[in-house]
Formats: sequence, C-alpha cells, structure tokens
Amino acid sequence: MRVTVDLGLCESHGQCVFAAPEVFAFDDDDNLRYESEPPAALSAQVEQAAALCPVRAVSVRRTAP
Amino acid sequence: MIVGASLAGPRTAAALRELGYDGELTIIGAEPYPPYDRPPLSKELRIVDLPYDGLRATWRLGRRAVGLDAGRRAVRLDDGTLQTGDGLVIATGACARPWPGRVPARGVFTLRSRDDALALRAELAPGRRLVVIGAGFLGGEIAAAARRRGLTVTLVEAADQPLRGALGAEAGAFLAGLHRDAGVDLRTGRTLRAFQGTDRLTAVTLDDGSTIPADLSVIALGAVAATEWLAGSGLLLDSGLRCDERLRVLRADGGPAPGIVAVGDVVRWPHPLAGGNLISLGHWTNAVEQAATAAHNLLHPHDARPYTGVPSFWSDLYGAKIRSIGLPALADEVRVAESDPAARRLEAAYLRDGRLIGAVTVNRVARLAPYRRELHAGLTAVVTR
Repeated sequence: MRVTVDLGLCESHGQCVFAAPEVFAFDDDDNLRYESEPPAALSAQVEQAAALCPVRAVSVRRTAP
Repeated sequence: MIVGASLAGPRTAAALRELGYDGELTIIGAEPYPPYDRPPLSKELRIVDLPYDGLRATWRLGRRAVGLDAGRRAVRLDDGTLQTGDGLVIATGACARPWPGRVPARGVFTLRSRDDALALRAELAPGRRLVVIGAGFLGGEIAAAARRRGLTVTLVEAADQPLRGALGAEAGAFLAGLHRDAGVDLRTGRTLRAFQGTDRLTAVTLDDGSTIPADLSVIALGAVAATEWLAGSGLLLDSGLRCDERLRVLRADGGPAPGIVAVGDVVRWPHPLAGGNLISLGHWTNAVEQAATAAHNLLHPHDARPYTGVPSFWSDLYGAKIRSIGLPALADEVRVAESDPAARRLEAAYLRDGRLIGAVTVNRVARLAPYRRELHAGLTAVVTR
C-alpha cells in the first residue's frame, strides 16, 4: 500500500490523523507528516482517512503484497 | 432509492456498493447539477464538483421529491411520477433559514446552493457595502470572503460575541478579534429590524434604530431541515427527521419505519455524547461518516449498529484554521489551554458535568488528536455497555 498526500491541497483538517493515527500526524506547526508505505494491516484505517479527507488530498494505491 | 444528491446521499450510495449491494440504485436530486461540495461555497465562493465514478446509479437530477408514502416506500416526484424502492435513504439536507420580513427584489441573498454562491459572487465587487446578518460559521466565512474581495463589511450578531452559543465566550472573543483585525465592522448584541429599499436594497436597519447604508446583504441565520416534503408521510418530524441512534427513521408512533434510513443534515437523533438528547449536525464529516452506518443498517437490519461518530467541524477565517470536535455547544465549562491572539492560536477544552465533551483549536490542529481519542473512547464505551 502506497500513500500520497497532495500537500498543496491539504488544509490541515486532521481527519486523516483521527482515522489513522499510526500513519498520519501533525508537527507542532500543523504541517502534516505521514508514512508513505504503511503496513497492510492498517489498510482499512488508511482507506477511511482518504474517504474522510474534505479536500481529497489523500490517495491510496494498493501494491502487490 | 436515495433522495438527496449532495454529499450524504451519494456517499451512502458509494457505501452500499462497497458493502456489496449489487441491485439497482436511483439517486434523486432537486438541483439540476451533479454533486458538488458545499463547504467551498461559503469559504471561498468556489464551485468544486464531486466525482462519483463506478456507482452504477440512475441519477434523476432536477427532480424534487414532493411526497412520501412511508409504508410502501413510494416517493412522489414533482413531475407527478411515483418512484418506489426496497430500501429508502433520506438525505434531503437543509435549507437556509429565511428572513420572515419583507425583502427587496434585489441585493439580499441567502447562501446554501451552487446557484446562491454564483449569484452572490457576481455581486461581490470591490468597494461595495455588504451587511451580513448572523456571525455564525457561515456568516463569518462570507464576511471574510467579502473582505478579501475588497468590500466594506458589517457583520451583525444577536449575541454579544460571534458563535457565543456554539463555542463559548473565550472562543467568541477570539473570533471577534479576527473579524475586527480584518477591518469588519462587527455589531454584536444587535438584530435586524428591516431591509430598506423596494426594487433594490439601499440600507439595513437594526433593532437599535441605526441604519447602515448597504448595496448587498446576506441572511446567515442558520439552516432548517428540508422535511416539508415529508408532511403527511407518517414519519416523525421534530425540527428535523427523527431517527433512532441507528439512523433508522421513526414513524409518528415512535417505531422504526421498515427499510428507511436517513443521513446528513436532515437527521435529528439522540447522540450519546449529548447524553441521549436529540441533536442535528450540519457538518460535512457527519454526513460522510453517517453514510457508512446507514448503508450497513439498511442492508443488515438485524445487525443494525449505532452511529458513534465524533462530531467535527472546521472553518477558515482570514487564514486562521478553526477546528472543532465533539459538541462544544453543550459544555458547561471551558478550559482554555492556550490563547494567543497575536499568534492567532487557541486551544480550549469543553466539559459538561466535569467530563470532556468537545475541543476547539485555532491554528493548533495537532493538539486535537488527544481530545479526539478521549471522545472516541468515551463514545465506544457508551454504546458497548
């Protein structure tokens, strides 16, 4: 699974951080940091993070196991 | 069959497909446009279309639902046709609360739809004088958008601070500062008495008799659930469409109507965070998160699950990112962890009976995560008890 966030679109809504806290986090200046190749076990949370992003900045690509 | 083609309706359609529903899907929408995103309408007066590929749905756009026979799940449309379904999702949202008094033919607006936003945007020319009635999230965002375009803006609010009821005195004072720093003439403790002008707005008169010359005015006094088409349907209407905690629509006799769920702004339901009191939420995230629960419960009525989403909301004012979670409006105590108007940062926790019920930050979204975890854990504990 490969995650990309368009940081040009990101408005720091925080929905991805709420949905998948092991993958997405903010630094103290509200800049988003994320794990671009999270373990497959987190795929449901990551899909949820993408679905909940109000500006559709999060995209998820499934990779071969 | 899904009535409502904005956010909650199509998202429920997508959730039904994800859960394996393979039958027919019909989505009925009163507006003649494919789904678009509502938040950017007020935040930047921008039109953003929403993509829905692969739904395999029949869209009936520009068709308004005008009546429902709940027992047969038969929806009557404004072209006189009757549409029935094995399951029904009601997602008709809400409308702008109208001003009950006289309104001049031109110059006065409400903002809810794509057409509203385009009509208002066309009038927002630099140097014009705008009076916004209501300093809630919508009114505040319109004031900010107009200031950015170089208009003279007066913002009229009945409470002594913007969003006093929703976010409390501390956050209200903070938001008042944001508006005033941006050059908005904020008039608190004032209400609208009348619009002046017949063909075109010329001025706005307030309850203290003061008159503000104006070219444009926006009425931003909140929203009312779009339930008028459900009158006589046998469903329970009470400042919204009454649902149980599983988003099942209730009949007037209090029992769930078989095969009918509701999603989004139209829903009025008992939220565990509100101690089981009835709430309605006009939030983007609420519509999205309810969609998954409603779709599951429609497909699996014998395994219907309660909806336990933590409410969340955002607003951006002059570059200040306001983020809210939980139900701060229901708090009886506010604890401000940080308030730095110069740096435009705020962090506040909201408690009710000593327990966390919400949190609000400005330009401090990183601080929300622990509050969110606590609220989520509390909700999960309540519903599994």
